[in-house]
Amino acid sequence: MRIGIDIGGTNTDAVLMDGDRVVASHKSPTTASVGEGVERAIREVLDIAGVDGEVVRRVVLGTTHFTNAVVQRRGLDRVCAIRLGAPASRAFPPFSIWPDDLADATRGSVALLPGGVNFDGSPITALDEAALRTAADRAVADGLTSIALTSVFAPLSSDNETLARDVMAAQQPTLSFSLSSDIGNLGVLERENATILNACLASTAVEVMKSIESALTRVGVDCPFYLSQNDGTLMSADFAARFPVRTFASGPTNSIRGAGFLAGVEDALVVDIGGTTTDVGALRRGFPRESANTTELAGLRTNFRMPDLVSIGVGGGSIVSLDASPIAIGPRSVARELRTRARVFGGDTLTVTDLAVAAGRLSVGTPSLVAALDPELVARATSRIQELVERAVDAMRLAADAVPVVLVGGGAPLVGPDAFAGQTVLRPDHADVANAVGSAIAYAGGESDRIYDLDGLSREEAVQLAEDEARRQCVHAGAEAGTVEIVEVDALPLTYLPGQSVRIRVKAAGPPAA
Amino acid sequence: MCRLLSRRLPSVPSDQNVAVGGWLASPGMRRRLSERDIEAIAEGSAILGTGGGGDPYLGSRFACRAIREHGEPELVSVDELPDDALAVAAAVVGSPVPMMEKLSLGEELGRAFDGMQEAMGRPITAMMSPEIGGVNTVVSIALAAERGLPVVDADSMGRAFPEVQLVTQTIHGIGVSPMSMADEHGNVVIMKAVDNFWTERLARSTVIQFGAIAPALAFPLTKEQIELASVHGSVSLARDIGEILLERSGEDALRAVLDRTGGVELFAGKISGVDRHVTGGWAVGEVHIEGADAFAGATMRVTFQNENLMAYVGDEPMACVPDLLTIVEQDSCRGITTERLRFGSRVSVLAMPCDEQWLSPRGLEIAGPRHFGYDVDYRPFEGRRPSPALLAARG
Repeated sequence: MRIGIDIGGTNTDAVLMDGDRVVASHKSPTTASVGEGVERAIREVLDIAGVDGEVVRRVVLGTTHFTNAVVQRRGLDRVCAIRLGAPASRAFPPFSIWPDDLADATRGSVALLPGGVNFDGSPITALDEAALRTAADRAVADGLTSIALTSVFAPLSSDNETLARDVMAAQQPTLSFSLSSDIGNLGVLERENATILNACLASTAVEVMKSIESALTRVGVDCPFYLSQNDGTLMSADFAARFPVRTFASGPTNSIRGAGFLAGVEDALVVDIGGTTTDVGALRRGFPRESANTTELAGLRTNFRMPDLVSIGVGGGSIVSLDASPIAIGPRSVARELRTRARVFGGDTLTVTDLAVAAGRLSVGTPSLVAALDPELVARATSRIQELVERAVDAMRLAADAVPVVLVGGGAPLVGPDAFAGQTVLRPDHADVANAVGSAIAYAGGESDRIYDLDGLSREEAVQLAEDEARRQCVHAGAEAGTVEIVEVDALPLTYLPGQSVRIRVKAAGPPAA
Repeated sequence: MCRLLSRRLPSVPSDQNVAVGGWLASPGMRRRLSERDIEAIAEGSAILGTGGGGDPYLGSRFACRAIREHGEPELVSVDELPDDALAVAAAVVGSPVPMMEKLSLGEELGRAFDGMQEAMGRPITAMMSPEIGGVNTVVSIALAAERGLPVVDADSMGRAFPEVQLVTQTIHGIGVSPMSMADEHGNVVIMKAVDNFWTERLARSTVIQFGAIAPALAFPLTKEQIELASVHGSVSLARDIGEILLERSGEDALRAVLDRTGGVELFAGKISGVDRHVTGGWAVGEVHIEGADAFAGATMRVTFQNENLMAYVGDEPMACVPDLLTIVEQDSCRGITTERLRFGSRVSVLAMPCDEQWLSPRGLEIAGPRHFGYDVDYRPFEGRRPSPALLAARG
């Protein structure tokens, strides 16, 4: 059996699955310590199922812990950020265009050193090994342990970064390294930002992995554990300790994939109705469609691949004003205080949950407390909520595709049977823990994103090289060799560049090795 | 695009906002360009940039930093220039991807400026943006701040175009040469070309050697030439539009923008398809929009080559280049660049009048529909009237 856990900001959800069947599920408030939360969640689902920890063969966790550490500037390492590419790129050194408080919490030192390549792979300047050794000595003298290395055009050629790491590690073996070529895509500032974020989580990541490991020991589960990452694939604990930044968007991704799995579809629009927001994402061939836009995290521009989401401020806890014209719904929410502030729970705040109870869609709290609401107003308000959700779904729907809508999340009953006229709507079982299911079913994944010069190389050969690299990465991330499949190939000719340069992105995925 | 920028900039006290749209009413008044103005100009450029010009994020950050370090540059109207003025334009030439990696706005930009001054043999006294749209508008302003020069309230397109020769100077036979380009190593190349088509060719070859991206200084212009051949008041117009967008949204913003530019809402609906490919180095394609509300039942097709060029309903052109065609997000009224067009977005298509110089026979010859390969003659869109803002700036 396998366990999937999703540690969100508010709730920790867990499921125990036997093959494709959900055996037990549990929802509890998130604890400050990741280890404690994992321990409690696993104990609960094992108890419900009446089984011992020995039956568990795999544990997969999705967590917002690292995201929150950055957002709250909590427990971050100071980073020595080194950019290779001088004299190019000096207009904006590392930590440029950062929110002041985040820079204050993470900036250790900065160096712009020779190195880097041009779009055609030709060197900008030769790597300066003596300067790198000096930088390593200086980092140690400054009390810094975590190095972020970013080379200009590293997605095209990572040699400078790996060589610089080897030189610095030989000089100062205690240093740890985050390389931009392992983390981000084209766009030196966005990639460097992500690399620095990864580097500032180095100590936290090692601690969290240790605390999960000891939690598993305490509950008698003796099996490998994995973390789910932004793209819906998983990574081994060792890998996660080195790449905590890859967990940043795992929450919505798990929800989208879990919803598809529970509903038995590979292509769908997933509507996750929570307490404060409703998120709509698109599932395409079993994976979330990714956003093409630059993503922002904690006020910082990065180029992580995030799921393409439309988020609206409507959820079960959204505050409703029937007096306003038109009726006002959200974005303010009673959030975690739903069970004290909502009318049906004896509070004085009218929420979306109260409307759903008054409309007879939901039976929670004391329905008589909302019996006096004008039925005509309730009907107008509930149809307004549906209209907002339908509009969000509409915005995510591609031209002329007829994929079903899957409704999940605690607030799914808020949307009535008359919604989404003319569209197929699926409401799977266990919809309230779809995100934990998404964790449990995660595959190991690998990807490649490089620019190829098609001078002397056919397009097919270039795609083959990219696929080989993605497969290698996938096995490296924990997949069983031989089961790896290519799930996405995307070849984009580069505008303005001379000759025939093409950027090829390949994703591979496969079930984790037993 | 510039949403990131707005979060980090101090907001202007509300009593200063009454100046929206008031710049041109008092042409004698001198203005300095603040960080807030840069933010507004970037937003306005996304409307006047007709879907092109790229992401102005880096350029805006660069200009704001230059203003913080060197002070606010003065914005002067064409009339205010001294008779012996020499204005030049700064541009980043090349591909957006190398720009994202090499951030070519360091010492190379200053060296290109110095190279230009040397080639001219006399001091440069003002900066003038080559186009309104994307990174180049704000880079010229940044350089003005750095060198303590005024910014001329004008540009050479009144919009964005993808080629160096598509400037109002070409209509009047004024050369953009010499051009000075520099790289990060200290190399400077000065080009003196026989015409603007040659400048485009030579610049493209040089930029490849410089890593497919380089800052360039060009477009040397005297006051007389600027009076004759530039689009007057376009920086103010971009700034005014930006102020509207920063203060208002939706229908309210849309009406105000149309009022300011003399444009019309050509169509409104939902993007139902985007088709994009690369031909000859251009991002070419078309977007389909399913009509809603007053436009329900119809479909509009907007074609683009870096910039939006033509809008059709069926086979009937409803608006065409060189008039401005911009697709805006309905809720915010912010301009959407062609690379960010997305299925499902609710949008309005705005048609706005180009500067009248583009409607001359020579203007239409170099930048009309036929230049871009369309077998139709230019036709004004329904309800077209000359831009009130640009006319006012011309006096």
